[in-house]
Amino acid sequence: MRHALLAGLLAAVACGIIGVYVVINRMVFISGGVSHCSFGGIGLGYYLGINPVLGALFFTVASALGMGIVTRRTKLPEDTAIGVLWVMGMALGIILVGLTPGYPPDLFSYLFGNILLVPTFDLFVMLILDIVIISVVFLLYKEFLALSFDEEFGTVAGIPTERLYLILLCLIALTVVVLIKVVGIILIMALLTIPAAMARQFTHSLKRMMLLSVFFGAVFAVGGLWLSYALDWASGATIVLVSVALFIASLGFSRLRSRRQLKVSLLPQRQLSDE
Amino acid sequence: MHLEELPDGSRGVNMPANEVVKLEDVWVHYDGEPALEGVNLAINQEDFLGVIGPNGGGKTTLLKVILGLIKPGQGKVTVLGGTPERGRKLVGYVPQYSLFDRDFPVSVWDVVLMGRLGQAGLFRRYSEEDKKTARHALETVEMLDFKDRQIGELSGGEQQRVFIARALVVEPKLLLLDEPTASVDAPMQTGFYELLQRLKQRMAIVLVTHDISAVSIYVDEIACLNRRLFYHHSKEISVEELEATYQCPIELIAHGVPHRILREHD
Repeated sequence: MRHALLAGLLAAVACGIIGVYVVINRMVFISGGVSHCSFGGIGLGYYLGINPVLGALFFTVASALGMGIVTRRTKLPEDTAIGVLWVMGMALGIILVGLTPGYPPDLFSYLFGNILLVPTFDLFVMLILDIVIISVVFLLYKEFLALSFDEEFGTVAGIPTERLYLILLCLIALTVVVLIKVVGIILIMALLTIPAAMARQFTHSLKRMMLLSVFFGAVFAVGGLWLSYALDWASGATIVLVSVALFIASLGFSRLRSRRQLKVSLLPQRQLSDE
Repeated sequence: MHLEELPDGSRGVNMPANEVVKLEDVWVHYDGEPALEGVNLAINQEDFLGVIGPNGGGKTTLLKVILGLIKPGQGKVTVLGGTPERGRKLVGYVPQYSLFDRDFPVSVWDVVLMGRLGQAGLFRRYSEEDKKTARHALETVEMLDFKDRQIGELSGGEQQRVFIARALVVEPKLLLLDEPTASVDAPMQTGFYELLQRLKQRMAIVLVTHDISAVSIYVDEIACLNRRLFYHHSKEISVEELEATYQCPIELIAHGVPHRILREHD
């Protein structure tokens, strides 16, 4: 159980920070594509006889980079590339596992998570990835902010926007790998979206949004774990349901708040924009 | 034409000292369709140029060519004696208003500081110098009081001023504005143009717009752009001559007496 809690907290750090970029850049579909694609890496890991999580790490980063480069350099629309990436990884993973001799591994735990059985080595990998994510975001904070807000201006201002975008894709890939054992590939998108989206309700500051997002991620992980233990439900899915429930509740809460402010602040602006 | 050493240590074309931008026979095509045809243009340090023309006529493309965001299929672009990419360091850019997400969790202060990214350098925090320049830029546009507000909370005119401040923090020699008053109401527009009149002392300004009436009063030079560029020098027609001679109906409808009439071109 202690491993599960640690895994949940380590995951919350990664998805809290990177989830903010996913949400503000509207990259939710990309995160879905990258996370499902990682299954190919799991299959590759099994096929090559190495730790599947490591296989996922290299495969997912390579795929995310490939997708980023293809969309930037060709006329291929981004969501087409994402769609292709999504299914290619999954199909490849299934075939590679099928080609691996011996008993088929427990794919269920990769697709739907198995936080209760996270081995120590995986925790170690998650910790390293968290440190990498935090360091890169810390070093490139102002560049990522400019890239997210107004990429064209960023290019004019002198930052290497294409390379930064590819780095961001890599960070999403790393976060996906951190989250695989916690909620499973199918549901990773939830943790990359909901904590950040919920944090957005409560603050206008990006830094505070990241802190809140990590906090909410931790609450969802711990709360979901406890609930799944009490009700004997699948842990990953319970974590996601807890996050969805709390998110919907927070929407209701902020709608109540903003309705009071609506009449006061929006009216003058509406008059201006009617010109 | 020989290369000589420029103040920043780079090598550049020998151009007149106060020439900021030079476009020579520039052609740009999008998917085979021409956006700019044989554009020739020279902008000097003291210029305040208004570029007018219909939507789709290439006005934004022209700015992007100067910024090096678009490379012409044909022709030559020189900015501050060098390539557009190098010239960017001293060019302030105010893009079209509509291009950002109002809900974005960023403050006015953060937005203005973004202009200093080239100066600050990767991996480093913004320096005191960066912050000082940002503060000064916000004072110039009279928006310092708003520095901690979220960008989406501001009105169209206030946001426009913030984006101008963002362009000013590089202490530019050239300021480019793309449809700056598209969503700013009339009273704020006057204030905006008066700000530009003040800025004109320190930099060349190119303002691109389809709003003819306001532009003609404030700018010094006008160019018409509809894939091809026609430059009207300010001395071409004098206001006094016009007012004395023409009391008859004119094609341009505007408030008050139109201060400018342009010779017809095709």
